[in-house]
Amino acid sequence: MDDRIEKRIELKAPISRVWRALTDYREFGEWFGVKLDGPFVVDEVTRGQITHPGYEHIKWEGLVQKMEPERLFSFTWPHPKSLEKKGYPQDYSKEPRTLVEFRLEKTADGTLLVVTESGFKKLPGDRQHESFRRNEGGWTEQMKNIENYVARKS
Amino acid sequence: MSHESRNSLAGKRRTHALVFTALGDPTRLSLVAKLCTGTPRSISQLTKHSNLTRQAITKHLRVLESAGIVHSVRAGRKSLFKFNLEPIAELREYLDFVSEQWDQALFRLKAFVESK
Repeated sequence: MDDRIEKRIELKAPISRVWRALTDYREFGEWFGVKLDGPFVVDEVTRGQITHPGYEHIKWEGLVQKMEPERLFSFTWPHPKSLEKKGYPQDYSKEPRTLVEFRLEKTADGTLLVVTESGFKKLPGDRQHESFRRNEGGWTEQMKNIENYVARKS
Repeated sequence: MSHESRNSLAGKRRTHALVFTALGDPTRLSLVAKLCTGTPRSISQLTKHSNLTRQAITKHLRVLESAGIVHSVRAGRKSLFKFNLEPIAELREYLDFVSEQWDQALFRLKAFVESK
């Protein structure tokens, strides 16, 4: 059975622009919806706090694996058992992790970004994602916020 | 495991890892393929047309059973194995959930890099 997720997206922006949006911690935070404490450094952990309304209690954590300029950015991150306030883990060190990889390729009119997330077979089966799903409105709303934000800036 | 307990929180503490491991083997996948038509089958029926011994097939069925993918039902003196979709569906659901979060995040990324 498939143990990974793969996404391909064409971006009408130069590879250098996409690289910055992925690896500059402030820019990453803007589109991902997280306030990160510091920059991404290979072999180091970057932490932050999710900014989506209603999910501000959720911590973000990534251990950077690779940073090959304009080619590959990767990190591992935990999949906590529960995203609800109640039962939300304070310590991520024991949570199983997946590997997230962003691969960039130059195209005729921009950049091809391939995102893969792998290692799901390590996750125990008690993810309580149903509660998160019920609140999907939160994500949709947040997406609109970002669209508005970007529109204002441009 | 009963249907009730699988739906309870305790029931959900069965591992996806177990399902992945159970399905990560060509013999077991072929057993699932034979059983997923919905018709319960006996060990002899499942051993037929395979190069493996009855013992080996039984062992693989036990692995599938422990992951909740198949379960056995008694039919007279024989044990029949029956396919159970639920653990696979649960795992699929979690992958779908993560996948959807990525779609949304990448949509935001696209808007972000293309408008500046």
